[in-house]
Amino acid sequence: MKLVACVKTTPDTTAAVKVENGKATWGDAPLVINPWDEYAVEAALKLKEANGGNVTVISVGGEEARIALKHALAMGADDAVLISDPALVGVDPQAVAHILTAAIQKLGGVDVAFFGRQAIDDDSGTTPAQAARLLGWPALTLVSVIKVDGRSLRVERAIEEGRQIVTAKLPAVVSLVKDSGEPRYPSFMGIRKASKAEIPTWSLSQIGIPVPAAVIEHVTLINAPVREVVCELITGGNPQEIAEHLAEKILGEKQL
Amino acid sequence: MNTLVYIDNFKGEALPASWEAVGVGKTLGEVTGLIFGSGLEALAKTAFEYGVDEILLADDVSLADYRAEVYATTLKQVCADQGCDVLLFPSTSRGRELAAMAAIDLNTGVLVDAVALEANGDKLTVTRPIYSGKVLEKVTCSLKPQIITLRGRAFPKPAPQPGKTGPVKKVAAGSGALTTVDGYTTSEGGVSLTDANIIVSGGRGMAENPTLQPPADLDAKQAEIWRAQQGFAMLKEMADVLGGAVGASRAAVDAGYVPYAMQVGQTGKLVSPNVYIACGISGAIQHLAGMRSSKMIVAINKDAEAPIFKLARYGVVGDLHQIIPALTVAFKKGLGK
Ligand SMILES: Cc1cc2nc3c(=O)[nH]c(=O)nc-3n(C[C@H](O)[C@H](O)[C@H](O)COP(=O)(O)OP(=O)(O)OC[C@H]3O[C@@H](n4cnc5c(N)ncnc54)[C@H](O)[C@@H]3O)c2cc1C
Repeated sequence: MKLVACVKTTPDTTAAVKVENGKATWGDAPLVINPWDEYAVEAALKLKEANGGNVTVISVGGEEARIALKHALAMGADDAVLISDPALVGVDPQAVAHILTAAIQKLGGVDVAFFGRQAIDDDSGTTPAQAARLLGWPALTLVSVIKVDGRSLRVERAIEEGRQIVTAKLPAVVSLVKDSGEPRYPSFMGIRKASKAEIPTWSLSQIGIPVPAAVIEHVTLINAPVREVVCELITGGNPQEIAEHLAEKILGEKQL
Repeated sequence: MNTLVYIDNFKGEALPASWEAVGVGKTLGEVTGLIFGSGLEALAKTAFEYGVDEILLADDVSLADYRAEVYATTLKQVCADQGCDVLLFPSTSRGRELAAMAAIDLNTGVLVDAVALEANGDKLTVTRPIYSGKVLEKVTCSLKPQIITLRGRAFPKPAPQPGKTGPVKKVAAGSGALTTVDGYTTSEGGVSLTDANIIVSGGRGMAENPTLQPPADLDAKQAEIWRAQQGFAMLKEMADVLGGAVGASRAAVDAGYVPYAMQVGQTGKLVSPNVYIACGISGAIQHLAGMRSSKMIVAINKDAEAPIFKLARYGVVGDLHQIIPALTVAFKKGLGK
């Protein structure tokens, strides 16, 4: 099977992100592969192990995008492609969907394109569905279980009401949620291989599309308001007395 | 302005965030409700009561199950036929996906997860959280229609007006199915986390109750899970008294205490109840990412240094296994139950 996983580099989940001079900054917090994309790479590797084939990881971005690609290579992906172009500054997720679509088409013969459910920087979660729409492939989003049966996929999608069980023919787009399987840690050999890997860079003209127009205008960035709360600790007495005191306080807030 | 609001439903039952979206739509003018599915008469009636002025109804067996491609095509057709300046969706799993596809189909953009909305003439500016809510961005889209998804519980739900009705216009179901739906496994009933007013959440601390004596045939890991499950049963009892839902930290999910559907946080569900009671949860940044916007946070933790206390309005430093049962009794008494 020809499998693709689309990955992005983001600041680590513990990064203290804040706005400085109109831009989001995170000091020297590490950049990592977007945690949701690790599930995408894991799902692709599992499918390869079960059915044969190869896994290519793709990222759209600048030099920082290599971090996610190298992590995926270290996990066991076969090849990586970086799509980078000076024209790509501040592209929005929809432009990325167009670019990834063009890259997947250029690779040709792809059976499944895997995505994480969303990137933890922009938090849009729209790219998988948009890429699927552009490719004309079924959008199997929020997937937690995948089974391959010949040329079709049967998945369980995590929705508000529980799980929706869906079947589709290949090729397909699949976006992953957490309980699809914990991502493996890169092995020592994997890390060595990834550090030596030459990652080819494709420009937009090489994948045959013009610079996608930005559809979203960013007006301003603001720091989230700080939560001004002083914790009132309920103390004194035995658990029953503390509990009664706490219940009284909570009910007194009239939020129930 | 021609405002269409997508009313997300599952088997004819609307998700509450849909009514919040109708409420937002009404602040812009008249609202046309879009309802897709099968067997929807009752839902249409309810939609009018929540303030919808007119309904475009695609009621067809081929729409009985949500399938992205068919729903997106139906939507595209409706927008082409009816015209549309603003298209609002609740940020539910279906709403977000359809909004994303509609942006492609209608050659426009999509602004996801609005928590505030300003109208400047015809132009809408959206405030949306990014970096898990550490930063907010204001964004607009100059293309038409303006497609926006609204984060659940960020906007008030309108009060229903019993008996209010309006015109229903039938529209055709789209084609282009690429999937078949084989069925569902539904989560056990109860209040859904994302819609809940009150959430009682448990973490790794749920297992730490040495006074419980697990059945003799369990190994250490099984005994830990068994202990934690007794703990979560206790949380469920309290949540039932309060009419709320039970959530969990990732540590509790990863340790096998409860299913992933209950996980709150960065890689779990995003919730914003009025009251969030965190029991035996330390308050890691990734947990906060999922519940930071709760109106009031209450923490019960034996460690006075736990970071969760920094966000909490009320806190108890103590053993949750002693506090929770007593708190349940106290709530019952306080609520006259
Ligand atoms: C990429 C990434 C994504 C993540 N996503 C999430 C996510 O979505 N959601 C999430 O929750 N975490 C997430 N995490 C994990 C997060 O970092 C923490 O590990 C996790 O939240 C800890 O859960 P906890 O608070 O239950 O456990 P701990 O941090 O172990 O805390 C347990 C707490 O229970 C208290 N306690 C123990 N016994 C008792 C008792 N008897 N009475 C009272 N208190 C007691 C302890 O004092 C302690 O504070 C993520 C991490 C990463 C790296």
